[in-house]
Amino acid sequence: MPERGARLLPLLLLLGGCSGASILRPGGPIGANNRTILLDSLVIMLAIIVPTMIATLVFAWWFRAGNAKAKYRPEFVYSGRIELIVWSIPLLTILFLSGLIWIGSHALDPAKPLAEKTPPLEVQVVSLDWKWLFVYPAHGIATLNGAVVPAGVPIRFRLTSASVMNSFFVPRLGSQIYTMNGMATTLHLQADQPGSYYGQSAHYSGDGFSDMNFRLQAVPVAEFTRWVAGVKAAGGLLDGRAYRVLARQSQHEPLKHWGVVQPGLFDMVVAQHLPPAPGPNQGRDGQPQISPGTAE
Amino acid sequence: MLGKLTWSAIPFSQPIPLIAAGGVGLALLAVLGWITVKGHWPYLWKEWITSVDHKRIGVMYVLLGLVMLLRGFVDAIMMRTQQASAIGHAQGYLPPEHYDQIFSAHGTIMIFFGAMPVVIGLMNFVVPLQLGVRDVAFPTLNSTSFWLTASGALLVNMSLVIGEFARTGWLPYAPLSETTYSPGVGVDYYVWAIQISGIGTLMSGINLVTTILKLRAPGMGYLRMPMFCWTALGANMLIVAAFPILTATLAMLTLDRYLGFHSFTNEAGGNMMMFVNLIWAWGHPEVYILILPAFGIFSEIFSTFSSKPLFGYRSMVAATLFIVVVSFTVWLHHFFTMGAGADVNAAFGIATSIIAVGTGVKIYNWLFTMYGGRLRFPTPMLWSLAFMMTFVIGGMTGVLLAVPPADFMLHNSMFLVAHFHNVINSGVIFGAFAGITYWFPKAFGFRLDEFWGKMAFWFTLAGFLIVFGALYVLGLEGMTRRLQHIDFTEWAPWLYVSVAGIGVMMLGVASQIIQIVVSIRNRDQLRDETGDPWDGRSLEWATSSPPPAFNFAVLPKVHGEEPYWTIKRQAIESQGLADEPKYEAIEMPRNSATGIVTAFFATLIGFAMIWMIWWLAALGFVGAYATFVVFAWRDQEEKEIPAEEVARIDRARRAARHKWLQENPEQPA
Repeated sequence: MPERGARLLPLLLLLGGCSGASILRPGGPIGANNRTILLDSLVIMLAIIVPTMIATLVFAWWFRAGNAKAKYRPEFVYSGRIELIVWSIPLLTILFLSGLIWIGSHALDPAKPLAEKTPPLEVQVVSLDWKWLFVYPAHGIATLNGAVVPAGVPIRFRLTSASVMNSFFVPRLGSQIYTMNGMATTLHLQADQPGSYYGQSAHYSGDGFSDMNFRLQAVPVAEFTRWVAGVKAAGGLLDGRAYRVLARQSQHEPLKHWGVVQPGLFDMVVAQHLPPAPGPNQGRDGQPQISPGTAE
Repeated sequence: MLGKLTWSAIPFSQPIPLIAAGGVGLALLAVLGWITVKGHWPYLWKEWITSVDHKRIGVMYVLLGLVMLLRGFVDAIMMRTQQASAIGHAQGYLPPEHYDQIFSAHGTIMIFFGAMPVVIGLMNFVVPLQLGVRDVAFPTLNSTSFWLTASGALLVNMSLVIGEFARTGWLPYAPLSETTYSPGVGVDYYVWAIQISGIGTLMSGINLVTTILKLRAPGMGYLRMPMFCWTALGANMLIVAAFPILTATLAMLTLDRYLGFHSFTNEAGGNMMMFVNLIWAWGHPEVYILILPAFGIFSEIFSTFSSKPLFGYRSMVAATLFIVVVSFTVWLHHFFTMGAGADVNAAFGIATSIIAVGTGVKIYNWLFTMYGGRLRFPTPMLWSLAFMMTFVIGGMTGVLLAVPPADFMLHNSMFLVAHFHNVINSGVIFGAFAGITYWFPKAFGFRLDEFWGKMAFWFTLAGFLIVFGALYVLGLEGMTRRLQHIDFTEWAPWLYVSVAGIGVMMLGVASQIIQIVVSIRNRDQLRDETGDPWDGRSLEWATSSPPPAFNFAVLPKVHGEEPYWTIKRQAIESQGLADEPKYEAIEMPRNSATGIVTAFFATLIGFAMIWMIWWLAALGFVGAYATFVVFAWRDQEEKEIPAEEVARIDRARRAARHKWLQENPEQPA
């Protein structure tokens, strides 16, 4: 990450509405549609609030006590016509917006597959304290704290958590979704162009939460195939036992991959055949952790 | 003997909490010492601590709230500076285990012990005066409510030095808050502090609902009540309906933590989604509990300073009740990203935007209250106008977040943080400052200094816009909230901007403090002789400032929507006051130490349960119950204020009014 230049960049980019993780510069169809709905709603709302703000300032200024030209009308306390307008403007706006909400919620439901010809690639995601595990069931490989996906191919994420709630969020690709232990959520995303996308947990999950980030690399399909072969060749086994070790709390884990994954590992986590991950070591067995200062 | 409590609970190795606690402790000792040396204890005990007067309790609530707002603001400064100093390789000055406590404490303190006490305090002080009655329905219960809230605040602050506070966020989402993942005492501090103060809040809600429904001056029908009483009624009905949900949810979490239950755990059929649903089933009405009274304050202020009755009064009542009902149907918008499915998300998204209709109606009615008015712009009016201008922005971003596909990108982002600070600051906090400035002369008999009030206003407004403007941008840039360390360096410039903004806000806070000091020093010039410093319209301005203990020598007879305005017009037109009434002796409730003694035992219970000191908890329960029994078996409930005393106090008020009439013979309408 370039240090100095990068700091000033967003100031300039803001005018164009974009930075390396900006939701206003989507990298895929979901993000683009989300942004469209966001901007549509913004325009609808601005059409209401800008006149309201102007009217507030104009009324306050014109009817100031010192203005002799303003007519004092203390009896003006009710007007059926104004009441009608006062109720109907917000009501009509909301009616309009409700249509947008209904259609948008259904069109962009995270569980809904993308309308693409290419069959989706399934990637299984487990949020651990405090790192991300990605399993590729079709290829039998897994990675930690970084994922590689083919660009232009819909990705079907199935997600769960080893311990506490997290939220899986790649801002430029669009929607996020919670990960929860004992159940699986589904999220469909796609990266249109090759590139490196910043990903993060968007739900606070404890002390290591801040650095629970990852990079999602979108690469051309041919390169993805090469990458899979490379990971397989490098070997390494992720089975239930290795998963239990991995599930212990740790921070700043480096990128890692496994060439072989025990089949059905993700579903074992979801079904709790692999039990929920343990919490901190301190604080139990007669050693209550009562203050952060006393840890270790 | 002492459960889990050992010397290791005190963070000797950590300078920041120790120094902070030391400073607070020294200041506290200095204040207590000063009170002792000056011999103020008997006065404080008789006039304040054991007082069951709704005005005194209201003032104490507001004072507690302001002190806690200041405490929460210090947390805010630490959060902004930590984030700005922990970008890339830098780690800042707060490690995660400390930073996580700070943002949890910030939210908890600001909502439960800052905003709530200020809002409840204002309702306590103003509602009986506006209704034209002598006190709330249950005065001793009122005192107990206040002291229980103070007890909760005390426990939260004790966690600074003894043990730790929760590291779970201001709502302790399971399973992070379960013993598996939070084995320390932090969550226990949270749970017991909120349970104790929550009982206080619930009792306060029952008290004010009863007061408004059952105690009103003769002739004051529901549709003659001032708007603030209506919004207070709405807020307190919400308290009565919503706070039991919070109590039950935290009780289930407590059972999980203490007795190995599995309500919300990962294992054994526990369901964390149930926790999230339940906590927000309370949490969203809570937002309206805070904002409705603020809407009432703004209604009073727009009307008074426009020299006009409130426009569309009945419409405003309808909008208030509409919000009360709909506020219970929107909670799921706090977690559209849980994966509930399109139908559920869409239904709650639509319900959420529908609630904006009620607020929109209110905005337009305030707008038309100004139309045709004769506007004055003292500090309360400035806060109210700033509210109008900024609250609509917060409302707009709220509607954006209510659209599920947009929320899928903005959920838990800095945009969300900016949104709810936008509405709570410009709604509740501006409303509180407006209300405090507006009713201060009623409480203390002198106005607050206008110059420093305006300084506070402009600095706070500017700082608020800078801080949360930057946070809105950061949210759009993809930044999530609660980060102790920022890995993604491109966010840095906006984090620096927000630090600059909080610097400006600090000037605002300093101005507020200076304002109070200057006003007390110049109180003789700022004195309010007539009891009606703003040319007010409702009954609280009919009595003197500060009002006597019994509020009104004779309960006013109400003949319209603006009772005091009518009385005042008649006096001005006839150039004389109404005939002196026949004074009678007044029965007032006696002072009672029940409240503070109960709260003392409640604090013992809380502290003992947190540290698992079972004998102390038992002692606390027995003590609290004994206090209740002693109170229930009391022989004398009331003291009598003789008719001569009432007459003497009221004649002084009438003399001041008479003098004012003669000095302003033809006060224009």
